[in-house]
Amino acid sequence: MELSPNGSFNLRRLHRKRVGLALAGVLFLATIFGIVVLVTLLVDVVVTSVPWLDGQFIASLPSRNPGEAGIQSALIGSLWLMGLTALISVPLGVASALYLEEYARDGWFLRLIQVNIANLAGVPSVVYGILGLALFVRFAALSNSLLAGALTLSLLILPIIIISTQEALRSIPSGIRESAYALGATRWQVIYSHVLPMAAPGIMTGVILALSRAIGETAPLILVGALTFVPFVPQGALDQFTALPIQIFNWTARPQDEFRGLAAAAIVVLMILLFTMNLTAILLRNYFESRRAGA
Amino acid sequence: MSAPSSPPTTDEATRPARSANDLRKQVYNSPKERAIKYLLGACALVSVLTTLGIAAVLIVESIPFFQSVSFAEFFGETRWTPQFTEKYFGIWALLSGTLLVTVISAVVALPVGLASAIFISEYASTWVRKVLKPGLELLAGVPTVVYGYFALTFVTPLLQTLIPGLGVYNALSGGIVVGIMIIPMVASLSEDALRAVPDSLGGAAYALGATKYEAVVRVKVPAAFGGIMASFILAVSRAIGETMIVTLAAGATPKMTLDPRESIQAMTAFIVQVSKGDTPQGTIEYQSIFAVGLVLFLITLAMNVLANRITRRYQEQY
Repeated sequence: MELSPNGSFNLRRLHRKRVGLALAGVLFLATIFGIVVLVTLLVDVVVTSVPWLDGQFIASLPSRNPGEAGIQSALIGSLWLMGLTALISVPLGVASALYLEEYARDGWFLRLIQVNIANLAGVPSVVYGILGLALFVRFAALSNSLLAGALTLSLLILPIIIISTQEALRSIPSGIRESAYALGATRWQVIYSHVLPMAAPGIMTGVILALSRAIGETAPLILVGALTFVPFVPQGALDQFTALPIQIFNWTARPQDEFRGLAAAAIVVLMILLFTMNLTAILLRNYFESRRAGA
Repeated sequence: MSAPSSPPTTDEATRPARSANDLRKQVYNSPKERAIKYLLGACALVSVLTTLGIAAVLIVESIPFFQSVSFAEFFGETRWTPQFTEKYFGIWALLSGTLLVTVISAVVALPVGLASAIFISEYASTWVRKVLKPGLELLAGVPTVVYGYFALTFVTPLLQTLIPGLGVYNALSGGIVVGIMIIPMVASLSEDALRAVPDSLGGAAYALGATKYEAVVRVKVPAAFGGIMASFILAVSRAIGETMIVTLAAGATPKMTLDPRESIQAMTAFIVQVSKGDTPQGTIEYQSIFAVGLVLFLITLAMNVLANRITRRYQEQY
């Protein structure tokens, strides 16, 4: 949009439109780059896993012989971890969010906790592993048990659960609370009978996403001493364990092609688990939003 | 409610009116209500205790290490050789590995992530956005160990066909895949920043005769600059703390180098290497993971604090 040398006003509209079109094309290519990588990754993993993925693989214990190896102990270990982590982190996270949203008054204490949670969400997972190693494995003498792993993962996903629960609570109109107060409900009655049920789908969405983060974590579990070879199925929370990501890590790190195939098969199982959880979360969110829109 | 006009019963009319203070006591300050409040407050304290716990563990457990290794060696030495008989503990050998991977990942992720954010917020139609956003969310949900597998078994062989003589373990492959991992983070945070720019700014640009790309590139992106910078910092901090990709694909040879084809070792990869082995407690090698963890924690904490500060200042702007 500058004046051309002879002084006439030159819009150069064609040129500018072309530049704009080229930019739009570049932006589009960049955007689908991520999707293309995702598809490549999935196709590569699925194709590699095909010869290995069968019922025997799911139902067998690990073995030095790739032909007989399976993920039973890893899969059950991961489910144990997920259950224990949910039991610990969900009540703690929801309670924290309730305090911050419904009770705490604006002030330095609230701001301190909020800033702290935001920063915790950015702490590398391997650092949580170091914390778990020192605090749960050694200080609390839980050794390398499922419970030590679950406690570590709980601290790791706590900020995610708190933040998403706070968002769910914030989305409840204050009129709901005021109506309940007007009818003589106490503060806890308002929260327990009105706010929590209405926020439940939103909270559950956040919880599922947080748990799917936990189930894919590897580094913290290595730090707290998850074993790489567990030829038994854990029976209780104090048993030693392995988990799917640990098994995948162990098999990927071996140079032989057979073990790469096993790693791919275990990745497929893990990804199916994760996609199911993510899909549940997305469906819940859609249901939640459509119900909200209808109300 | 059914009979709003009914007169108060004599019973209620004769009872003395309760003061607002009594009501407040019953609704907010009964023992049960107070117990619930303190219980919930105690839960909220767990997150503060977590931060204190991390800081305390890293500092206390690093003390024995720094009793045998001086700060001068830790920050001045360029070799990191805890397994050798002649041990050197120079953090730069690990830090440079981390930085090399981080720079490569930033080169991949920052432009691609920002471009995705601009496309999704400014160009994509509603249904295209509905396809792209969950796609990026899925990309963000892929576990890092799966990315590690992808780096080692797919990206590295691909790079080896392009760069003859490239080793199995190299910083380039790890860095590229770490970059892919953080694309969704840059994209989603930058998109939030772009959306926060008032529509009137874009409208004003159009009114002055700007084309779409001019409105986007010269008005909206600069207006969202703070938020975009914050997304860059957070993503880079995530890359610094990434563990499994660099452990699997970038190697286990700490060295100071700027050559992306070399095998290196990142700080996080060293921590994993020590803890997955049978290193006995009390050895200096075991103690060193706390010192390395402390450095890692301080760097990422500083970046997160900075990013959150930028975000807050930026949010107040509009």
